[in-house]
Amino acid sequence: MHNADLIVIGAGPAGMSAARRAAALGLSVLILDEQPAAGGQIYRNVDRASAARNDILGKDYTHGRTLTEGLHHENITHLMGAVVWQIEDGTRVAFTQNGKGALAVGQRILLATGALERPMPLPGWTLPGVMTAGAAQILLKQSGIACQGAVLVGSGPLLYLIATQMVRAGVPPLALVETQTTGDLTKSMRHLGGALRGWPYLVKGLRMLWDLRRAGIPRYVGAKAIAIEGDQNAQAVTFKIGKSAHRIACDTVLLHHGVVPNTQAARSIDIPHLWDGAQNCFVPEYDAWGRSAVATVFIAGDGAGIGGAKAAALAGEIAALEIAHGLEKLSEPARDDTARNLRKHLAAERAARPFIDAAYPPYAGAIAPPDDTIICRCEEVTAGDIRRFAGLGCLGPNQAKAFGRSGMGPCQGRYCGLSVSQILAASNEISLDDTGYFRIRPPLKPVTLGELAAMDVPDMNEVQN
Amino acid sequence: MKTVSPFLEIDPQSDHVLVRFEGQDLSLPLGENLAGALLVAGVMPFRHTPVSGAPRGPFCMMGACFDCLVQIDGMTVQACMLQVTKGLEITMPAARGAADA
Ligand code: FES
Repeated sequence: MHNADLIVIGAGPAGMSAARRAAALGLSVLILDEQPAAGGQIYRNVDRASAARNDILGKDYTHGRTLTEGLHHENITHLMGAVVWQIEDGTRVAFTQNGKGALAVGQRILLATGALERPMPLPGWTLPGVMTAGAAQILLKQSGIACQGAVLVGSGPLLYLIATQMVRAGVPPLALVETQTTGDLTKSMRHLGGALRGWPYLVKGLRMLWDLRRAGIPRYVGAKAIAIEGDQNAQAVTFKIGKSAHRIACDTVLLHHGVVPNTQAARSIDIPHLWDGAQNCFVPEYDAWGRSAVATVFIAGDGAGIGGAKAAALAGEIAALEIAHGLEKLSEPARDDTARNLRKHLAAERAARPFIDAAYPPYAGAIAPPDDTIICRCEEVTAGDIRRFAGLGCLGPNQAKAFGRSGMGPCQGRYCGLSVSQILAASNEISLDDTGYFRIRPPLKPVTLGELAAMDVPDMNEVQN
Repeated sequence: MKTVSPFLEIDPQSDHVLVRFEGQDLSLPLGENLAGALLVAGVMPFRHTPVSGAPRGPFCMMGACFDCLVQIDGMTVQACMLQVTKGLEITMPAARGAADA
């Protein structure tokens, strides 16, 4: 059994910076992360990536090394390939590593579980060859794999980033099919004041667009009625711009229309969540230090609301200060003093966010997909099915499970939960907060009997005493 | 199974090991992400769904979607969460295989 002052779940920017700050303040820290190396998805594999990969991925990626280096501290134990499947009493964490179940006990827990791609249900999105844009980036970071002849579909700065990286890798995308409209851009302008404070992000965005133009990558903006054709594999993307229909033949389609907090762990311990209209997703409730309704559990980073890697690292540090204060390793004035400076940087990091959220809203056609579109990839439940359940009196996602198994497959609703809630809310004309979300219960990830059997039983007794 | 893969390695590594997918010998880079290595080798689909038998392959590459499920040593596992090791015997999960993951 593992014991620590602080258990950090997730070794992305929030988790890494929190761990480092807490360790420096004298706390023992245990990091549990699913991946074979630190970095999270944004800095995935950053310690091992080759020079060629780094050139393609750029400085924002290699910056992650400042955080991974911080983990080399005598107070930090980092368990890699550790898959958390249960959190109990706000202090106990059960996980699997190397095919063996194990238990960790901590005085505090920090959930730094990051983001997931926003589900983007389109006709044909379950075909082989269709992946999230994030998946393509992970392939590049983790394995140095680039995909040739891909079409990028959706909206948001990440699409431009991936496209420019693909250009640098020598495998330019065939096209960008973008769903935001000029109307969105006009609406976003009222946030420009804030965005100017976040001007480095805007300059980066404009540079990327310029690079894509120079590389001759066609961009289709304001796309509607998007579908992916294919039988055994993706064969083409079809869409409409105004009245004209387009078809681009391709065997790889990369989808992205924003990322959303990965709330599975927080929900599994009944931390309340509220609908965030600006970000179009549910976010957990927490105080200015990241403390949740479960007093020993803190949340930081994109899992607490999307703000990006730099904001995540700052929020992680702020949480670590309060955690250290609570465990009597840091005085209140010292906590507040350090936090003041961090909060200033955090505000600056978040400044461009409202502009980005307004300029690149989610694709309306994937929020309200055609009836025959699969919503639940695992159980193959369609949008029409969900609407039919609503017609039969189904008000919430948990009831929908009983009607048609949506969210009951192995992904536990990670890629259908938001869609189910949004379709039900729209059909029933009730708010997202009243509609709610799937009730998440452990195990968070499947555990095998063998993994449980390999768990040290005496450890369980120790904990219970 | 496709033979020409749209997925290319930018900086291929030299240390390859033999694994088998559905009885076919594949030479994959040792220690690399299994789902990525299978994609480069032209493997697609990875499985068929238990509900309709539809073909599927990796979607998220971060352990969240469970679309990359394969069967190794009688267990249904996520290929995107594993590394390539020598002599892996990989098959497509049986139609109802996802349940015992
Ligand atoms: S590709 Fe999504 S879990 Fe492996």
